[in-house]
Amino acid sequence: MKRTGVFICHCGISIAGTVDVKKVASELAKQKGVVHSEDYVYMCSDPGQNLIIKAIKEKKLDSVVVACCSPTLHETTFRNTSKSGGLNSFQCEIANIREQCSWVHKDMKKATEKAIKITKSTVERVRRNESLEPISIPVTRKALVIGGGIAGIQASLDLANSGFEVILVEKSPSIGGHMIQLSETFPTLDCSQCILTPKMVEVSKHPKIRLMTYSEVQDVSGYVGNFKVKILKKPTYVDADKCNLCDECTKACPIVVPNEFDIGLTGRRAIYIPFPQAIPASYTLDINACPGLLPIACGKCFDVCEAKAIDYDMKPKIIEEEVGAIIVASGFDLYDKQLMAEYGYGKYADVLDGLQFERLCSASGPTKGKILRPSDKKEPKEVVFIQCVGSRDPELHCPYCSKICCMYTAKHAMLYKHHVHDGQAYIFYIDIRSGGKGYEEFVKRAVEEDGVLYLRGKVSKVFEENGKVKVWGVDTLSGKDIEIDADMVVLAMAMRPSKGAEELAKKLKLAMDKDGFLAEAHPKLRPVESVTSGMFLAGAAQAPKDIPEAVAQASGAAAKAIAILSQERLFHAPTVAKVNLNLCTGCGMCVNVCPYDAISPKDGKVEVNEVLCEGCGTCSATCLRTAIQVKNLTPLQVHEMIRASLGG
Amino acid sequence: MAEEFEPTIVAFLCKWCSSAGSDLAGVSRMEYPPNVVPITVMCSGSVSPLYIFSAFNRGADGVLISGCHPGDCHYIKGNYYARRRIALVKKLLEYIGLEPERFRMSWVSAAEGTKYTQIIKDFVKEIKPLGPQKKLRRNQ
Repeated sequence: MKRTGVFICHCGISIAGTVDVKKVASELAKQKGVVHSEDYVYMCSDPGQNLIIKAIKEKKLDSVVVACCSPTLHETTFRNTSKSGGLNSFQCEIANIREQCSWVHKDMKKATEKAIKITKSTVERVRRNESLEPISIPVTRKALVIGGGIAGIQASLDLANSGFEVILVEKSPSIGGHMIQLSETFPTLDCSQCILTPKMVEVSKHPKIRLMTYSEVQDVSGYVGNFKVKILKKPTYVDADKCNLCDECTKACPIVVPNEFDIGLTGRRAIYIPFPQAIPASYTLDINACPGLLPIACGKCFDVCEAKAIDYDMKPKIIEEEVGAIIVASGFDLYDKQLMAEYGYGKYADVLDGLQFERLCSASGPTKGKILRPSDKKEPKEVVFIQCVGSRDPELHCPYCSKICCMYTAKHAMLYKHHVHDGQAYIFYIDIRSGGKGYEEFVKRAVEEDGVLYLRGKVSKVFEENGKVKVWGVDTLSGKDIEIDADMVVLAMAMRPSKGAEELAKKLKLAMDKDGFLAEAHPKLRPVESVTSGMFLAGAAQAPKDIPEAVAQASGAAAKAIAILSQERLFHAPTVAKVNLNLCTGCGMCVNVCPYDAISPKDGKVEVNEVLCEGCGTCSATCLRTAIQVKNLTPLQVHEMIRASLGG
Repeated sequence: MAEEFEPTIVAFLCKWCSSAGSDLAGVSRMEYPPNVVPITVMCSGSVSPLYIFSAFNRGADGVLISGCHPGDCHYIKGNYYARRRIALVKKLLEYIGLEPERFRMSWVSAAEGTKYTQIIKDFVKEIKPLGPQKKLRRNQ
């Protein structure tokens, strides 16, 4: 028989206000196996913890139950206390009589009865606890970063500069993400290229970073500290080392398709470099656009390439790597334009989305930085900007606020005025959300210095008439209908998780929130961690955010990853499944249900990989003979807990 | 008049969602009837049918199993196994003549303190008119 000590915390009056702690202590003292029972005002305080240590020594306790707040708060505290007293830390269990009892009930008699049941049930559990030691596992001191936008770039650089090897995987031919498409950035109006390209070059030159563009993560297995990843490197059909960027291939290529970098405002060839500053600086042959890789089909690029860099025989490659931590920075895409038919986007050439307008403003854009409308290349004199297109619309589109549109629309209107001095910018808005350093002042500047006209209200219809884009809306402040004969309309489209994020989340076994963004482990206290240990989130993959926030989160994720990579070994909870070989018949039902592939058949029975096992217990519930059980929460323990919970 | 019947209910809560959700109910000082004694398990998928029968055998008037929302399981898919298993147990319990109202499964996330509170309130309210559970209770 074990010698259990029970310690009941008053938590000031948080517990003692509703639960008669003295009665709990006296009732527990009568429980079989309990040799010590006492209460104290703050058990987690230093004197409180000393009480536990003293009782362990004096009464020769071999197990401890602390009846207090939720184990999420002080389980570690009291397990450490028990350890200081000389016990194995797994001989300490917490009875939650605060969150699950005193805080939710008012009737003292009933709350006390319930607290007694909860505490007795915990005593029954600890009575059959085994002493366990954490399982020690080695760490692969290398990280994988998925996504080469600003968040992925920042995370990679932070990791690499801390001395860890990084594999940066980007699905498109160049890193840079959406940020490299922008012209200027709010609220300082620095040129996006000027601040980003040096970082891109640093990534490509960093000895610790292995850059894999045009590549996708295919499969991830393993666990924190020891992930195995399979990366698919798609063939570019161009040897980047031989290519001297002469650009003769694009001149020879007869195929023209819409250019993704300019969001369809210009065309590109089937063989192309995404933009002149692309990293890696090389061409890619788009196999979906190319008429065929046989010289007989076309072969013009091959013929003109003097460097002999074009290789039609290049094959997709699967690269296997081992990493200790993974940062997911898969970014965003704009809301699907086909879903915004009421604003004529995709139907009228002069209705653009925010990213297209960025390209129009950009010195490297299709108009070399002149704002000209796509239909007739004339300078637009009246431009209507519409905010919250697809955002904050729970009935039809996305319920959430895309967060950055208020700011970039103010910036767009400002940039437009800087280019077209005699033009007029109108902004339709619902609210202006300009929380951020220097943001409010920036919006004010747009209004006061650049004469941007803000109209509070929604636009009902956008249509073309006599070469103009007519905008019908309402100004809810004056109550008047508004009709603007605009030359151009710019839509601040909602931010969506990037295409393919869902598939990626499935491969990585990451959770997604209701809107499809990757879910963080805790919305306030663990904002960069995913629910999976060793995987972290950065940038707009987690939620809409602007550049400074994405950078901050990326550095946070890198710091969290470093906390793992800088360890020699990691420790894994030892409360894992264990097979009773005398009972196991080797039927393999547990093998099939294990979410972690931690159980495998062996010699007519099964065996558990303790490092892979997370201790969920699904195997145990499946086994017909309870031959597989999770340590310290065995069926026998649960049955005894049930009995105690029912007052037995 | 005799004192109103107060059912005793055992609730198996998964550690990551439902137990955390009930913690949130506590932190938010929501109030619900004290008839439910929670037992925190790692995953709703670890709740063996034997636990449910054990609880009824030992005199529980109701049993609740609560896990993460489908698709949100901390252990990837444990709650799907729970859902299937519990559907079978429910049929079995009905077959042997137990009132179906006495056994429930719910999905409560760590953010749903209000939902947890409501589930407990509703569950207790529904069981009260049924009186004590005698069908499976063994004399102890």
